Formats: sequence, C-alpha cells, structure tokens
Amino acid sequence: MRKAFPILGILTAIFLSYALYLALEVAPREQTMGDVQRIFYYHVPSAWTAFLLFFINFIASIQYLVRRSRSSDKVANWTLITVAVVTCIASVVIAMVPDLKKALPQGTYPSSIATTGIIIAGMYFLIRKYFSVEAVDALAVTTAEVGVVFCTVVLVTGPLWARPVWGIWWTWDVRLTSTLVLWLIYVSYLILRRFSSSGQTPVMAAALAVFGALDVPLVYFSIWIFRTQHPQPVVGGGGSIDPRMLHVLLMNWLAFLCFAFLVCWSRYRLERIKREVEETQALEALLEPRSVPR
Amino acid sequence: MNFLYAAYGATWAIHIVYLITVYLRYSRLKQDVDELRKSSR
Repeated sequence: MRKAFPILGILTAIFLSYALYLALEVAPREQTMGDVQRIFYYHVPSAWTAFLLFFINFIASIQYLVRRSRSSDKVANWTLITVAVVTCIASVVIAMVPDLKKALPQGTYPSSIATTGIIIAGMYFLIRKYFSVEAVDALAVTTAEVGVVFCTVVLVTGPLWARPVWGIWWTWDVRLTSTLVLWLIYVSYLILRRFSSSGQTPVMAAALAVFGALDVPLVYFSIWIFRTQHPQPVVGGGGSIDPRMLHVLLMNWLAFLCFAFLVCWSRYRLERIKREVEETQALEALLEPRSVPR
Repeated sequence: MNFLYAAYGATWAIHIVYLITVYLRYSRLKQDVDELRKSSR
C-alpha cells in the first residue's frame, strides 16, 4: 500500500490538473456572473468534501465513545440497524402518502431518506470492521483536521465570489453564519486535542465532535429551510444546472475527493506513528534508572 | 477574472501550507524515532 502512494499521488495531480482545465476552459461561461462564477467549481466540491470528512469524524467519534463498553457497543449496533430499516420503511410510506410527500423539504425525495439511513449504517459498520478503538480515534483527528482545511477553503473562496457578485464580502445569513460556526467548532476540537494533556481528552473531543456534527445538516439544509442571500441549490433540490457545468462540477469533486483521501492517508499514518512514538517514549522514561537522592 | 484567480490561488495556497505543516511534523517525528533507536541500542 505504501508503494502505491507515489503513483496515486501522481495520478491525483494529473486528475486535479485536468479538473482545473475543465473548470477554466471547458465549462461554459455563465451569462450574468461571467467568469467569476467558475469559483463555484472549487467552492462547492470543497464544501461537499468538508461535509463528508466531518461526517466520518462524527461516526468515528461515536464509535470511540460506544466501543469502550461492550453493552453500549451492542446498543449502538442495533440502533444503526434500526435506523437503516426505519428509513427504508419511512421512504416507502412517504412515497405512498401524497400529503407526507408534500411535507418534505424542497429537493428531498422519499428515496433520499432511505439512502441516507443506509449510507449512515453502512459507513458505521465499514469503519467498525476495519478500525480498532485506538485507530478510530486517530481517524477522527485526521478527518477533523483535513475537514477544517477544506472548510477554510470554502470560507475563503465564498467571499471572493461574493464581492464581485453581491458587492459585499460577507453577510450574516444562515448559510454563511452556520458554516463559520461549523469551522469554529472543529477548530476548537483541534485546539482541545492539541493542548489538553488529560487522559480524558479523546472522550471530551469525541463528545464535542458529536455535537459539532449536528451543525452539518443545518448548514446543508439552511438554503432550503430559510430565506438566505446564498444562492439556492443548483444540484438536486429543484435547481437546474447546465449538464456541461454539472459534469465539470462532479469531475472537480472527484478530483478533490482523491486529493482528500491521499492527504487523510498521510495524516492518519502520521498520527499512528506519533502515538507509537509517544508510547515508546513513555515506556522508556519508566524503565530509565533513576538517580537515588542521598 | 482577478477574483477567480485569487480564489483558485488561495485554495492551493491553503492546501500547500497544510501539506507543508504535515511534512514538518513528519520530519520532527522521524527525528524522534531515530533518537529512540539510538537510545535503545
């Protein structure tokens, strides 16, 4: 796997260059905004990648909390199975009852409820299968850190688009404010992990991450639920986008996902080695002969 | 157009700065590993 890293790195660099070429040259020019609209091909994929990483962080944090006790682990497993089953049943019921279908937020299909439930449960059991309790904590740190990087990109590219289009850098609307709050929550998570030396730090950080992740659906659905200055959704949600623009957007997202995967991989390995070194140093300090005071 | 290049430039600047911090942490860790190896001999 380690040998594959340089090859994957080169392939990702080529893919990112191709995605950049698509964004700058191939994507059609937007009629009202002009070329500045092309910021969208970096802004939106970065936001989606950040959400995905925070979602993995959420699952990893829950697992770190529940897997330390056998009974809570069992309860969590059965809860996840129930979530998957209930969402599947709910989507069938909603699809059959027109009144319930109308009550869904704009852009949400009954099938998307079942898909969400299955993805959450699937991701949970996948991480559970391949990561031990210690590894899941390292995964949580990794995804939080890389997620913050992508969220920073979102917060920087957004105002750079807003200035020429809205005439202002920033406005305190729900989408923008909730994204800033999300970024602040995960920055505080990283600060907690970096500066607290208590043995309970991973537990406190995991609890903070679980609450922090609750902000992700608020950020995502805010443009459906509230009237915001932020543009309405153009993908799903009743929005319409030129198929050529959609193709470029998805290619950029895929390229950024590959990049995020490689960065997470490096950061995860770094975290695991760091922990091993710290354990060895602690062990050495214990075994070192102490000078006896006279 | 300037805003577009600023946004793309800022994106890669953020990612490159982060990658440099990861690399520096890795180098520091490698030093620690070497020191541990020396002390265990």
